Amino acid sequence: MPELGKYAVEVLSAYAASLVLLAALILLTLRRGRAARAALEEAEAEARRDA
Amino acid sequence: MSIWQYANPVKFLALSAKVQPTLWLISGICVVGGLVWGFFGTPDDFRQGSTVKIIYLHVPSALMAINAWFMMLVTSLIWLIRRHHVSALAAKAAAPVGVVMTLIALVTGAIWGQPMWGTWWAWDPRLTSFLILFLFYLGYIALWEAIEDPDTAADLTSVLCLVGSVFAILSRYAVQFWNQGLHQGTSVPVVTGGRSVADVFWYPLLTSMVGFGLLFVALVFYRTGTEIRLRRARALRARVGREL
Repeated sequence: MPELGKYAVEVLSAYAASLVLLAALILLTLRRGRAARAALEEAEAEARRDA
Repeated sequence: MSIWQYANPVKFLALSAKVQPTLWLISGICVVGGLVWGFFGTPDDFRQGSTVKIIYLHVPSALMAINAWFMMLVTSLIWLIRRHHVSALAAKAAAPVGVVMTLIALVTGAIWGQPMWGTWWAWDPRLTSFLILFLFYLGYIALWEAIEDPDTAADLTSVLCLVGSVFAILSRYAVQFWNQGLHQGTSVPVVTGGRSVADVFWYPLLTSMVGFGLLFVALVFYRTGTEIRLRRARALRARVGREL
């Protein structure tokens, strides 16, 4: 861990906030992507049944 | 071979599946590498102390906040002129990424500003134009969600994107337009090529900027694929519903 001196709180909080926001963006993106794949598979199965 | 072939959703998804693993890998290496290098491997600035380490988050996120809007502008224009659905969906997919980048830039800027300027916030031209850009992102996302018909939503959000581009440009050039306020001029001027950042800070910063850029591209590819699948699922459901 580098010596951050009197600005340690500012530097660490900037990194923490940014990494949390980036992680949330990536996780929500992947979750929505998985949900979309499942919804499409279900809709295609429904369409095949009705065909 | 033409770029317009990727307006076909199937071809776009095939291309996306091909390039995404490489994009995710390189962007991950660059983002993590740039941040770790910047955090652990660079010295303090003689004036700003250790707060200079915030630059590896603040500058790349601010860069992507503005460039994401320009990417949305280009894809919105393609929608308005050529009516390619993938283009409209790419703009829709980029907006949440852009809003997060803008938020990171605003938050890290405030945290950096407090010890350097003595205040979290000032109604400085660059800060204010960035805040307005953030509000435009929120309005853009809200407009997509508020309109049921996807083509109408794409039309209206494209027009909103054209209007918001004024603030994206202002965010980029506010310091040059109004030579006042607390925010310093750009550290990496694209036009002149000269930069005020020493090499020891510049190389990890460049790595982080490349990483954020590639992460944006990877996220937009993935999210556009998601939007295409959701629209296809809705279309199939509507067709089945009509037939029953």
